[in-house]
Amino acid sequence: MLAKRIIPCLDIKDGQTVKGTNFVNLRHAGDPIELGKLYSEQGADELVYLDITASHEGRKTFTELVKRIAQEINIPFTVGGGINELSDVDRLLNAGADKVSINSAALRRPELIDEIAKNFGSQVCVVAIDAKCENDTIHENGDPMIDGDWVCYVNGGRVPTQYNLFDWAKEVNERGAGEILFTSMNHDGVKKGFADVALRRLADSLTIPVIASGGAGAKEHFRDTFINGHSDAALAASVFHFGEIPIPELKQYLASEGVSVRL
Amino acid sequence: MNLAIIKYNAGNIGSVENAVRRLGIEPLVTDNVELIQKADRVIFPGQGEAHSTMAYLKAHGLDQVIVNLKQPVLGICIGMQLLCRHSEEQDTDCLGVFDVDVKRFIPQRHEDKVPQMGWNTIEDVKSPLFEGFSDKEFVYFIHSFYVPTCDWTNATTDYIQPYSAALHKDNFYATQFHPEKSGKVGERILTNFFKIK
Repeated sequence: MLAKRIIPCLDIKDGQTVKGTNFVNLRHAGDPIELGKLYSEQGADELVYLDITASHEGRKTFTELVKRIAQEINIPFTVGGGINELSDVDRLLNAGADKVSINSAALRRPELIDEIAKNFGSQVCVVAIDAKCENDTIHENGDPMIDGDWVCYVNGGRVPTQYNLFDWAKEVNERGAGEILFTSMNHDGVKKGFADVALRRLADSLTIPVIASGGAGAKEHFRDTFINGHSDAALAASVFHFGEIPIPELKQYLASEGVSVRL
Repeated sequence: MNLAIIKYNAGNIGSVENAVRRLGIEPLVTDNVELIQKADRVIFPGQGEAHSTMAYLKAHGLDQVIVNLKQPVLGICIGMQLLCRHSEEQDTDCLGVFDVDVKRFIPQRHEDKVPQMGWNTIEDVKSPLFEGFSDKEFVYFIHSFYVPTCDWTNATTDYIQPYSAALHKDNFYATQFHPEKSGKVGERILTNFFKIK
């Protein structure tokens, strides 16, 4: 049976991981490769490396880093951040990334999705969607109730667009993306669980896998997004980086709750 | 050992190169016919689309070279599908080492996403590739087309229906999954391939 995936996300600036970690056994907690290897050994199913550098020099550093990750890490990894055109995709895939994640660029010019799918295959194209539920009515389980008001944002969640989450996700699917990475801005950083109502609606209406992002704070949240949210994978950062949820423990827990995971 | 990785217009070839280097083998990534024929082992890797990759192989005379290889050959993902007779992907005639046709996954329920992307178990393993394996080990898959179970199936996986996760016939071995991305389990499969007599 296909396993539900657990995906740690590493933010990279100038070749180093940004968010601190409390892994005492790491010689260099900021070394993205050492951290990636540790996660891989702990049972992470994939890794996401997000370049948050803005400068041209930073981009070059990131590309060099991607080459080293590809040489040393033996599980699949996705890279994202600052991918604006086909040549960026080509550069990062050539460096050894398995998939690329595009976000604002796809909303500005949706044809980029078709171009990536046609030139490199759907399987390499992850479309990340940051969306916010503008209707504040909170359901008792913590999920915003009204799905219709989910608005997509660009520029790292700073600028709203005209796009509705579900319409955009459908278009992304139809244009040939291989996967959707949905971050709920309402849930991100709150640590009270993923946006499972919206995730379920996405997962049930799309033909491609959906990765849940934003809101992980406890092991139960992962169970809920897999069972109630129908998510195919779940991504988190701080709960892994700060050792709040060790991956082996999380996977044992999920298995005991009847979720198919790779042990 | 002298390992050739066939270079053609498919993606993901560098991943295989990196993986065998991690195992201490310096591969030759080449489309040179003579170098491929002389190698002790050949890996035919890749991720891509059947029609354009097949057209490239024919244009470069690699189609005839591959089917006539006598040393152990390992096809991976699109490499495995191209070793079959025909693919539904763009109605493509393939190399025909394995007399079986490649089909497209047809989703049956909403949880059947295509491509299959992620870790799934292999079962009923039987071939030197899986020496020392227990049943139901996880490997990494990413594909929209599949090879049905057939006479040459030597490992199966269940996704929408049971299908061939690996094939074996004479000196030809093939895996639908990516050993180069399958962590320690994948490394054992590659090591086993290098040990085949």
